[in-house]
Amino acid sequence: MAIFINETTKIIVQGFTGKIGSFHAQDMINYGSNVVGGVTPGKGGQKHLDRPVFNTVKEAVEQAGAEASIIFVPPAFAADSIMEAADAGIKYCVAITDGIPTQDMMTVKNFLRRFPIENRMVLTGPNCAGTISPERSMLGIMPGHIYMRGNVGVVGRSGTLGYEAADQMKRLGIGISTSVGIGGDPINGSSHRDIFEQFEQDDETKVILMIGEIGGPQEVDAGIFAKEYMKKPVIAYIAGLTAPEGRRMGHAGAIISSAGESAAEKVAMLKDLGVTICPTPAAMGETVAKVLARLK
Amino acid sequence: MDIHEYQAKELLSGYGVKIADGGLAYSPEDAVQRAREIGGNVWVVKAQIHSGARGKAGGIKVCKTHDEVAAAAEALLGKKLVTHQTGAAGKVCNRLYIEAGTDIAKELYFCLLVDRISERIVMVGSQEGGMEIEELAVSNPDAIKKIYIEPAVGLQDFQAREMAFTLGLDASLINHAVKTIKGCYRALRDLDANMLEINPLVITGNNELIALDAKMGFDENALFRRQKIAELRDKTQEDPRETAAADRGLSYVGLDGDIGCMINGAGLAMATMDMIKLAGGEPANFLDVGGGASAERTEKAFRLVLADANVKAMLVNIFAGINRCDWIAEGVVQAVRKIDMKVPLIVRLSGTNVEEGRKIIEESGLPIITAETLAEAAEKAVAARNQVVANQAGA
Repeated sequence: MAIFINETTKIIVQGFTGKIGSFHAQDMINYGSNVVGGVTPGKGGQKHLDRPVFNTVKEAVEQAGAEASIIFVPPAFAADSIMEAADAGIKYCVAITDGIPTQDMMTVKNFLRRFPIENRMVLTGPNCAGTISPERSMLGIMPGHIYMRGNVGVVGRSGTLGYEAADQMKRLGIGISTSVGIGGDPINGSSHRDIFEQFEQDDETKVILMIGEIGGPQEVDAGIFAKEYMKKPVIAYIAGLTAPEGRRMGHAGAIISSAGESAAEKVAMLKDLGVTICPTPAAMGETVAKVLARLK
Repeated sequence: MDIHEYQAKELLSGYGVKIADGGLAYSPEDAVQRAREIGGNVWVVKAQIHSGARGKAGGIKVCKTHDEVAAAAEALLGKKLVTHQTGAAGKVCNRLYIEAGTDIAKELYFCLLVDRISERIVMVGSQEGGMEIEELAVSNPDAIKKIYIEPAVGLQDFQAREMAFTLGLDASLINHAVKTIKGCYRALRDLDANMLEINPLVITGNNELIALDAKMGFDENALFRRQKIAELRDKTQEDPRETAAADRGLSYVGLDGDIGCMINGAGLAMATMDMIKLAGGEPANFLDVGGGASAERTEKAFRLVLADANVKAMLVNIFAGINRCDWIAEGVVQAVRKIDMKVPLIVRLSGTNVEEGRKIIEESGLPIITAETLAEAAEKAVAARNQVVANQAGA
């Protein structure tokens, strides 16, 4: 089944007619994604890449049946576009835009929480490479050809490190059900844990690879969730063992942040929670292979 | 982006936060002049650097005469101050803030910050102000009060009152405290700050509430709509290599090792640095060249990495997604031809058009060491670095 998107998911592109939006929309179409149109306010009624352009997301939902959207709108206007998608009834939204102000994201998250959970749009990103269900649909900016279809669910913050993982797995003949980029910003749409919940319910996903980084409690939260509520095995790599400690001003951050944000601390905590750790970033593929072999 | 104490105080006083009289000085003469303007008979000479814990580092001096003010200014200007927040390199003091001495009855702690976990602004306060607040957070977390603010409605009076009472303020000060706290909240929201800290917030002998210190940090992603804040940037407080990188649109962090790195994507950069360490080496820097690594950008990145005299080998690791390996390979070859490279270069390319990319590097005739996998790249970089060190020792 894969999660969030498959070959039938009707996709619109917000920021469709811009240079970046056009480039990646074409790339997604070439990959086989079911792009049914796009939104650029003021250009409604035109055709672009052989598909209709709408003035509003509401029109795209009503007239083209849009279910998922991808956002290439510049940072100053991106939060507004995300909220427009949520309000119009889009089910799943990927925000690619890098550089959205943090307080704008705070407003977005607050806005999303107003919707009852069954009608609430799922947002992943911003500042991410997007989501791909290999050989079916791509809602992102990744090189689609490095992903092979299979049974590993992948979730990570970083784009290129996710490519590295997909590439290592493909070399070993291991495929991916869906790969989700949750983005590198301090406040993002979905956490590792949110994506774990989706993978746990997906028939096609047999194991999960989490690609984490230093900072924030999200990886450990996901590990706790996996231990308490999940049957599927979880594998993790945490980048940043050698990263310098963040330089900061004042004490405020140190007071509010919880313990265990360094890579070494996260690795130790995840091990205790039963997560299989990739010892090096070069061993993501082989660690997944070992865990898969144990399932058979 | 961080700003200085005097800048934060100026901003906050515009939001109704009370501060002591003070003025900026660039020289001992300035400092004495400011002291004269302020009047009184006690002044505090405060080093303006982007760090807290300045007191412990000797950056804050209480003076009783104009001569003492001049001497303190003389001692601090141009001096490098090292605190646990600046790292070993320290920060140079180029500006002083001269402030009227305050009669302190009690020191409190107050801050507001954007909390990524709750995705809200959180207000933090404690009766135990001063320098030991971080230790207190560990030893007695109950002594620190946290109040979360709903973004949709903003800070309410009852929350500000709750904080004021938690801080142990006398009933006569509550209204003023509410005004101060709400002023701070408005400043944080209006100016796109992600951190605002007043440590200490002081009750004076005259029963007044004064912000004796003030720190503010701003969201760089929001500077495009906060031009006045962007102008407060003081580049002398930043690592010059990082500033140079930022001006070129590159993300660079200088480190203490000797293997220079150029990588696309922050996650892959961190992973590559980890791999270097696991292979027995130490990275000289973190450098994310971003998605579109054009030939021009590649050259700039090379110059930046090689400007660090410690670098004994350089590793390039690019996973081409949007861009293509053949374009990157051409950029690398061009950069190496233009720059007189004195250290070995290891290149690992992956992703779109990888075969074409490798071919360009092989056919260039340049002494570039290539690698296919991440592990191989790190091992070759460490081996090349060790060879350089061995040769230097032998020479």
